[in-house]
Amino acid sequence: MGEAVRLLEVVATGPLASVQDLGRPGRGDLGVGRSGAADRGALRLANRLLANPEGAAALEVTLGGLAVRAHGDLLVALSGASCPATVTYASGRARGIGHHAVERLPDGATLLLGVPRSGLRTYLAVRGGLDVPEVLGSRATDMMAGLGPELPRPGTLLPVGPPPDRFPGVEFAPVAEPGEEAPVLGVLPGPRDDWFGADALRVLCSAAYEVTADSNRVGMRLRGPALERVRGEELPPEGMVPGALQVPPSGQPTLFLADHPVTGGYPVIAVLCSRDVDRAAQVRPGQRIRFRLRAR
Amino acid sequence: MSPRFRRCGDRAVLVELGGAAEVLALYDTLSTDPPPGVTEILPAARTLLVRFEPPAHRGTVEAAVLSAPPSRGRRAGAGEVTVPVVYDGADLADVAALTGLSEREVVTAHTGTPWTVAFSGFAPGFAYLVGGHPRLRVPRRTESRVRVPAGAVALAAGFSAVYPRESPGGWRLIGRTELTVWDVHADPPALLRPGMRVRFAEARDG
Repeated sequence: MGEAVRLLEVVATGPLASVQDLGRPGRGDLGVGRSGAADRGALRLANRLLANPEGAAALEVTLGGLAVRAHGDLLVALSGASCPATVTYASGRARGIGHHAVERLPDGATLLLGVPRSGLRTYLAVRGGLDVPEVLGSRATDMMAGLGPELPRPGTLLPVGPPPDRFPGVEFAPVAEPGEEAPVLGVLPGPRDDWFGADALRVLCSAAYEVTADSNRVGMRLRGPALERVRGEELPPEGMVPGALQVPPSGQPTLFLADHPVTGGYPVIAVLCSRDVDRAAQVRPGQRIRFRLRAR
Repeated sequence: MSPRFRRCGDRAVLVELGGAAEVLALYDTLSTDPPPGVTEILPAARTLLVRFEPPAHRGTVEAAVLSAPPSRGRRAGAGEVTVPVVYDGADLADVAALTGLSEREVVTAHTGTPWTVAFSGFAPGFAYLVGGHPRLRVPRRTESRVRVPAGAVALAAGFSAVYPRESPGGWRLIGRTELTVWDVHADPPALLRPGMRVRFAEARDG
């Protein structure tokens, strides 16, 4: 490989592809959210497979459709939503490659991701990480705040960083894929459950909610039984977290994801258990989810 | 008032306090010496959100809050900024009508009292300023503007703010400043940070 320049050339992005890492923690007091991968566990896994630092920058691909060409010999790994993935070599020969596996993408080869069978977001990590410039300590694109690298377009050249000293230790990680019909997500009541009727938490956890098309990295708008508020006054802005279920006057909750606003002015009835936020980020519009109350 | 703890998932605690001054005092104390595992301390209007990772847990955070001295002076480094403003905003006449002041009196009231950055939100570097003249309390516009230019100086709901960059916005615009309040290449990137005192000064155009 030598010192040759190594790049990933974006040929097609699909509905949405963005560069993500683990985000910008600790800057909420300046109005800057954490952002980063919507499914953080998946990003970490793809990087571990390549012996990258867990927070190395990778591509987050929504509903497949990504095509990239290697400039220089690269090692890649896919994680998150599993999609058919095909490598076409410079010779014209093509073959399918595995998910959660270390794969070679030699110079001139093109990788094409089909639409995932289930789940929403696939991660494509490269050994050495994507070396786009950092903004405030992170390479994540925050779609809400407009921070971080511009969204890749056909023709974008993404530089690949130097490979780390360590070598990949495993070639394949058997991991359950996202894909349940109606996933059940654990929630903890609060911080503002007392702003709702005594019945509201029971309603939230008894019926299914549909994830509407009005969903993105900021949050998922849900449609289901309305959650009735008993306190009518304005809530002064307060800090938000990923997984918060914020309820506007319509009573239809919004589930906040990676690019959620730093502060919000609608009451939060409950917050997802942190381990279930990644699973929520893999639920597609049109799918239904259920909530289950966890013990305090 | 004594802090009230509200659970915010398994990785954060929302501490409810009496108002902006108490929030800033606790923010100041906790951010000077955060317990190990605390990843973010986020002041807001009446609350402080404390996010954490193991080894910290809810008990660690609540103990740190309860053992914090009730109120201390602000950190010496919090600082003070003067913001020069040309008062020709599109909503200046509306603000005058809503407050019963003349446009000139609105300017005098806005420049006449020191403001304090209570918290940030809405957008990177968007600082909510409190402590201004009580007559300047006006509601948000009924309809949000699609484009508010960077540097617009605005009022809403008892707060004042400077728009850090072009964005939508529903606050009432009273003027504009040339001062850059947000620069991702600066360290820190936000000019107006929680606890800072801000004075507005009338500037001539050009």
